[in-house]
Amino acid sequence: MHADNTKHVVEKWVERLGTGRDQLLPLLHAVQDEIGFIDDATVRALAASLNLSRADVHGVVTFYHDFRRRPAGRHVVKLCRAESCQARGGARIEAAAARRLGVAMGATRSDGQVSLEPVFCLGLCAIGPNALVDGRPIARVDEAALEAIAQAVAA
Amino acid sequence: MKRVFISCDMASVALGADAVARAFVGAGCEVVRTGSRGLFSIEPLVEIETEAGRIGYGPVAPCEVEAVLDGTHRNYIGAVDEHRFFAAQKRFTFARCGIVDPLSLADYAAHRGWIGLDTARAAEPQAVVDAIRASGLRGRGGAGFPTGIKWQTVLDAPCRTKYIVCNADEGDSGTFADRMLMEGDPFCLIEGMAIAAHAVGASRGFIYIRSEYPFGIDAMRAAIELSADRVAPFELEVRVGAGAYVCGEETALLDSIEGRRGQVRAKPPLPALAGLFGKPTVINNVLSLAAVPFILSEGAQAYADVGFGRSRGTMPVQLAGNVKHGGLFEVGFGITLGELVNDIGGGTASGRPVRAVQVGGPLGAYFPPSMFDLPFDYEAFTAAGGLIGHAGITIFDDSVDMAQMARFAMEFCAAESCGKCTPCRIGSTRGVEIVDRIIAARESEPARPTANNGVLGKALYSRAPDRIDVSPSAQTTLLRDLCDTMKYGSLCALGGFTPYPVLSALDHFPEDFGAPAPALEAAE
Repeated sequence: MHADNTKHVVEKWVERLGTGRDQLLPLLHAVQDEIGFIDDATVRALAASLNLSRADVHGVVTFYHDFRRRPAGRHVVKLCRAESCQARGGARIEAAAARRLGVAMGATRSDGQVSLEPVFCLGLCAIGPNALVDGRPIARVDEAALEAIAQAVAA
Repeated sequence: MKRVFISCDMASVALGADAVARAFVGAGCEVVRTGSRGLFSIEPLVEIETEAGRIGYGPVAPCEVEAVLDGTHRNYIGAVDEHRFFAAQKRFTFARCGIVDPLSLADYAAHRGWIGLDTARAAEPQAVVDAIRASGLRGRGGAGFPTGIKWQTVLDAPCRTKYIVCNADEGDSGTFADRMLMEGDPFCLIEGMAIAAHAVGASRGFIYIRSEYPFGIDAMRAAIELSADRVAPFELEVRVGAGAYVCGEETALLDSIEGRRGQVRAKPPLPALAGLFGKPTVINNVLSLAAVPFILSEGAQAYADVGFGRSRGTMPVQLAGNVKHGGLFEVGFGITLGELVNDIGGGTASGRPVRAVQVGGPLGAYFPPSMFDLPFDYEAFTAAGGLIGHAGITIFDDSVDMAQMARFAMEFCAAESCGKCTPCRIGSTRGVEIVDRIIAARESEPARPTANNGVLGKALYSRAPDRIDVSPSAQTTLLRDLCDTMKYGSLCALGGFTPYPVLSALDHFPEDFGAPAPALEAAE
């Protein structure tokens, strides 16, 4: 059932974007946006559609940090770990976030509610520490902001 | 009805600009969303249109609409153009950013937009390349290569299909100028690329934007659609990265657009001769291409008249990290590091003394305040053991642990290495291990006189951990040796420049590495 759906989604996007090799990244983005992650069935379907080997597609998927091989939590909290946020107390906030959300950096909570992920720079470097919560940017993250984030992702 | 200007820049939104804008709409104002002016300590900034020009208030909270409208708000700024942060700038590239509606073609045309493109198209391609050469424009992505020479190579390449690629994979921490320009004045970048296309004979272009910039991606896509007729027959397309820092390296970026792992290519061949899909390709940073419309519309001489030494024109400097007045400050080359950090940036946000600044992102050197008389100039920074890079300045106060920052540089390189060359792929991991040993030794036995390098049966490195001489001085020697290998043996700037932050931290802050301050420069 799942594999059928995956194949259907891949075919739909291949129809729209074409079968050129250079469409592999746009296709991976599109499929992941729709299904949430890139599983083996997706890799197989993409390889067949673009006339590439599965190893080739697997190599591309695993090279890029953005592509997930398994589903993320229902909410995704990305915290910046780069230098400019570190200069503004990023490490302390990172530890506090892991504690408050109950999940280690780089992991998804066991109930599947939230993933906490590192990101290296959101380009908001004068107002850190910064976070991206389900795609929404939040600057100057402190304990109060963390509390608001924790409540937002509890829903 | 009052006209109110509020930024929709990602940074402003992160500070709550959307809620402020909604509040003003609710109060019956006409709200125009602009890019950011570039000073984040006054964001969310609200500007009210008056007969005396735009009057600013900031920062403003959503519940303070009334106070702004009746002019009693405590954060009254006055005429925004006259604010000292903006009045002291030379805005060539960012002239429109923060002022116009980013997606209004009418605004763009009313603020000297498209004049550069029309001038270029009325001239021969060679004349356009000559103008870029005369302007002295150098690659703003970090390498500082003369843009005109790159374009000349592509123009001279005998091939019918050529490409223009814009590198918008701005991954360096402490930099956000590309993002601000794409969100605040996207037509400027499009115009620059269209001029480049005319100059070298290309008909198609790609803008490779990192996925961490969702606002920039949306703004560029919308702007490309709106301006398609204006720049035709030139065609443009946005390609979105996927979280790989190394794709900011030009050849890795080309591989990524082609749908491959973003691995660095060996040069030669130069991308100018065999780039995207094997065709001659102009690949330039956002800021290089966005400087082009000004050069064509105002003249190469107007651009070249500003600057210092061989660094001509302006640089959009980004003040970041622990800084009081952080943001984007476009200024002619030659301003000193100290003026930027202390006079413009106002020192640290925490109020503690500045201890170090990192210039040029994760691959840039750390400088102590004793070197703040350094002028902002490609050659001066190279001579001082650093680089300007993309002109991001990250400020740290005295709570920073420079050994941890050196460790982070190696850790980042290990995480982001494309894996093609050994010095970068393996060296970075060994580098993390060495700094870890230095940190452990520093904490357990800070002042131990060292049994030197390999004496007493100890080795600098061994598969048997108990044979390793873990004294800070021995490990520092090893770290310097490793940095030497990475610097001269790596294929691209990721492995080749990671030694800059590490060595500069070692040189300028030895006390953080278990060596007495200030002397004892390890075993050199």
